[in-house]
Amino acid sequence: MSLARRRKLLPWWFALPGLLWLIVFFAVPILNQVSVSLMSGDPEVGFSMTWSFSTYWDAIRDYHSQFTRSIGYAGAATIIDLIIAFPLAYFIAYKAGRFKGLWLLLVILPFFVSQVMRTASWQLILNDQGWLVARMQDVGIVSGDGRFLATGKAVIFGISYNFLPFMVLPLYATLDRIDRRLIEAASDLYCSRWVAFRKVTLPLAVPGIFAGSLLVFIPACGDYINSSILGSSNTTMIGNVIQSKFLNVLDYPTAAALSFILMGVILLGIAIYGRVLGTKNLTELAG
Amino acid sequence: MATALPTEPADVVAPAPAAGPRRDREQGRTRKWLLGVWSTLAILFLVAPILFMIVFSFNDNQGRFNFEWKGFTLKHWAHPFADPDLAKALENSLLIAVLATAVATMMGTLLAVALVRHRFRGRGAADFFVFLPMASPEVVMGASLLAMFLVLGIGTGFGTILVAHIMFSISYVVVTVKSRLEGMDPHVEEASRDLGAGEVSTFFRVTLPMIAPGVAAAAVLAFALSIDDYIVTSFNAGQTQTFPLFIFGATRQGVPPQVNVLSTMLLLLVLGLMVVNVLVQRALARRDFKRREA
Repeated sequence: MSLARRRKLLPWWFALPGLLWLIVFFAVPILNQVSVSLMSGDPEVGFSMTWSFSTYWDAIRDYHSQFTRSIGYAGAATIIDLIIAFPLAYFIAYKAGRFKGLWLLLVILPFFVSQVMRTASWQLILNDQGWLVARMQDVGIVSGDGRFLATGKAVIFGISYNFLPFMVLPLYATLDRIDRRLIEAASDLYCSRWVAFRKVTLPLAVPGIFAGSLLVFIPACGDYINSSILGSSNTTMIGNVIQSKFLNVLDYPTAAALSFILMGVILLGIAIYGRVLGTKNLTELAG
Repeated sequence: MATALPTEPADVVAPAPAAGPRRDREQGRTRKWLLGVWSTLAILFLVAPILFMIVFSFNDNQGRFNFEWKGFTLKHWAHPFADPDLAKALENSLLIAVLATAVATMMGTLLAVALVRHRFRGRGAADFFVFLPMASPEVVMGASLLAMFLVLGIGTGFGTILVAHIMFSISYVVVTVKSRLEGMDPHVEEASRDLGAGEVSTFFRVTLPMIAPGVAAAAVLAFALSIDDYIVTSFNAGQTQTFPLFIFGATRQGVPPQVNVLSTMLLLLVLGLMVVNVLVQRALARRDFKRREA
C-alpha cells in the first residue's frame, strides 16, 4: 500500500474501534428495537413480525397520562434547576475568586456517591416523622396530612436534586467564558448593572441555558429511580412502565413502542426549544 | 469570600448616572451577599444527603431502618463487609468500572483524535453519531440492548453489563478529550511529522502527552458513570448484582448501614485520587518550568 493511501486510511483506524462498538451496541439494538415494536405475539409462543403499527396507538391510548406526567415532572425539575443553578453558576464564575475550584468540587461531589444511595438518603431524611417534613408543613409546602414522600412533589424534588449539577456545570462554563470587557463596555456606555446583565450577560449565556436544560430534561424524562424510591403508584413515570413491560410483563413490543414515542417526544421538544432559544446547530453542544 | 477582588469587572464599572457612587457600592455589596447566601444554600442542598449518609454510618441503629439517631458506634466501620451479598456486589461494580473505564478511555481517545485532527469522509456524520447516545434516555438504551441480547440468545450477566457500560461511556470520553484537543495547537503535531515521525509515533510521543490531563479527566468521568449506573445495568444484569442494584433493592426493606460505610469509603477513595492527580500535575508543571528556566 502506498504511503499516501495509508495516511488516508489512518483516521479510520483510529476511529474504528470506538465507532464499531457504538454501532454494534447502540445503533443496531435501537434499529432492532424498531422491528420489535412492530411485532406481535406473547412470551409463551414467541413474537413474530406483523407490522402492527397499532401497538403505537394502543401505547399512546393506554399510557398518555404517564407520558404527560413524565414531561410535566421533567419540565418542572428543569425550571427549578435553572432557578437554583443560575445564581450559583454566576457566583462561582464571577464572585468566588480563588475559591472557584473548591466551589466546583462541591458541585460535582454528588457524582462520587451513587445516585441510588443519595436518593435513598432523601427517602430517609424526608420520612413522615422527620424534622424537614415538619418544617415544610409549617411553610405550607406539605399539605395537612403531613406526607411528602409518595407525592408528585417528592418525585419532582428528587429529580431536581439528582440532575442539578448537570445544570450548574454548563452554565458555569458559558458564564466563565464571557469576555468581561463586554460587560465593562456596557457599563461604560451607561448601562445600569441590571440592564448590562439583561442585554449582555444573559444573551451570551443562552448556549449554557440550552445545554443545561437538555442535560436535565432528557435523563429526567426517562428516569424511574426517583419515582420508584420517592413516589408511589400515583406518580408512575414512563420509565417505570417501560421497565415493568420489559422485565416483568415481558410485553416487548409495547415496551419498544413506548421507548420510541419517548425518544420522539424528546427530539421534538429539543427542536422546539432550540428554535425558541435560537440555537440552530444541535451538534455544537457536543463539542 | 466577602472581600472584594480588584480584578472583578463588576466592581470597576462606572456608576449609573442616577445613583451616587456610594449607593451603588452598597447595592453591589448587598447583591454579592445575597448571591453568596443563595449559593451556599444550593451547595448545602447538594451535599445534604451525603452528609446524612456519612453521619448515619456511625449510627447504632436498632432494627432494619437507619434514620433515627440512636447513638454513636464504630461497629459498622469495623465490619464493612459483614453482608457477603453486599461485598460481592461492590466487587462486581469495582471490577466492571475499572475494565469499562480502561476500554472506553482507549477507544474514546482514539476516536476523539480522529474526529478533531483528521479530515476524512463521513466525519460530520460520525461526530453526530457519537453525540446520539448522550441524547438518548438510559431506559431506551438499556431496553434496546437487552432486546438484542434476547434475540441473539445471549445470557445477561457480568459480560453484558461491561459491554453496556463501555457503550455509554465512549461518547463522554470523546467529548471530554475533544474539548482538550480543540484547545491545542495542531502545529506541534505537524512539526513532529515534518521532523520525520510517523503518524503512530506522533500520536504516542506528542499528541498523547499533550492531551494527558483531558484523558485523565475522561477516565475519571467514565469510572464515575460506570460505578453509579443503575438504569442501563438493571436491564442487562441478569442475576449479577452491582452496588447500585443492591442499594435499590435494599430501599424497600431498609438500607443496611454497611452501605453507608462503603459509600463513604468510595467517596474518600475518589477524593484521594483527585488530590493525588492535582499534586502530580502540579509537580510536573513545576519540573517543566524549571527545565525551561535552565
